[in-house]
Amino acid sequence: MSFKRLIGTLALGAVIAFPAMADNDPAVETRQGQFKLFIHNFGVLGSMAQGRIDYDAGMAQTAADNLFHLTRHDQSRLWPEGTDSMSIDGTRAKPEIWDNLDDFVSKFGALQDAAEALQGAAGNGLEAMQAAFGPTAGTCQACHQAYREEAS
Amino acid sequence: MRRVLLGFAALGVIVAGTAWALSAPRPLDDATIATLQGDADAGQTIFLAAGCSSCHRGEARDSDPLILSGGRSFASDFGTFRAPNISPDPDHGIGTWSQSEFINAVMRGISPQGAHYYPAFPYTSYIRADPQDIADLYAYMMTLPSDATPSQPHDLGFPFNIRRTVGLWKTLFLNDDWAVTGDLTPEETRGRYLSEALAHCAECHTPRNALGALDTAQWHMGAPNPSGTGRIPAIAGPGFDWTEFDVSAYLSSGLTPQFDVVGGSMADVVGNLRQLDKADLDAIAAYILRAAR
Repeated sequence: MSFKRLIGTLALGAVIAFPAMADNDPAVETRQGQFKLFIHNFGVLGSMAQGRIDYDAGMAQTAADNLFHLTRHDQSRLWPEGTDSMSIDGTRAKPEIWDNLDDFVSKFGALQDAAEALQGAAGNGLEAMQAAFGPTAGTCQACHQAYREEAS
Repeated sequence: MRRVLLGFAALGVIVAGTAWALSAPRPLDDATIATLQGDADAGQTIFLAAGCSSCHRGEARDSDPLILSGGRSFASDFGTFRAPNISPDPDHGIGTWSQSEFINAVMRGISPQGAHYYPAFPYTSYIRADPQDIADLYAYMMTLPSDATPSQPHDLGFPFNIRRTVGLWKTLFLNDDWAVTGDLTPEETRGRYLSEALAHCAECHTPRNALGALDTAQWHMGAPNPSGTGRIPAIAGPGFDWTEFDVSAYLSSGLTPQFDVVGGSMADVVGNLRQLDKADLDAIAAYILRAAR
């Protein structure tokens, strides 16, 4: 196979495999990766809070530490204008985010505060962790309710 | 020729008369609903299960879910519906309604003036409710705060803007059959009542035909968002692998088994349902799993 044909085949394969990639801003994928990391840690605490797995103080503390630090990651280059769900495919971020940036930032601040409280409580027993877990989920919900589209 | 014309005219009269008769409102027997004694405490459970406030609370996202001032808009293929004020305000709400008028509105989609409501109002589900529960709901809703916000008109295209056409729609599609039948456990039966008669899960999770009626052959198989973009996910079928525990936990916490957190219109649903007894959430979960088989 000639080099040109190889490249062509690879390009076609990429188009088939990642149809939405073409208009995806790298910032979109990065911020989606960030939310996956949130869930990766939040889910450990949730599994314990719901009794799906046994409470383990060390595991809970590590997950809460991670969540604390992840929510401190600077957001300034993750939400460029034009990366909303009306402008591009592959995102559920509603354009209202950019219409209400102050509110969006304050909702993210609420998550940071909740993550800090959760970090303080996670290692202090199941009940203490549960008490801080619920409000953290509440801050996720407040933002999803206002600024996230239904999945497509 | 004159005879032919007369024949056509007569046929026209018959068709119009039949359409008029078929589109007439058919209220419940007043003797059975006027004398029910409503219990406001029991009505709170019905209010939460039926999700009244999800549509009828104020427009602002953080509006008080107990102030049913109306104003939320619901865009659809037929035009934009606007939820009316159903607070007990005597001028702008339902404060002057009798219990019978209320029950006919909720369970038959008929206004106190005898007009049809559009099935954006899910009387298509509430028709399966026990009238006693709706009498309880009436007692409860009359204890909620009054609000004097005027109701806004719907914005619908022809012919949907003619309410009488809804009568023909009802003749075709309004019935009180259960979608899920067969031998159900008592828990599944309770869950079916909560879901099919009150919580109206299917109104969003089941696709609709061209006239806006639910396609019961695809019960809970997911559907385009009836009012907005994106899709309402399937809660049945091959891709749905949640357990009863998962469904019950989701309804009480808003957390999926993957620990994604609820958003969109479902957040209001969870906000209501999480206030129900766990046994009722478990019952809904048992029913959802039963319906998914």
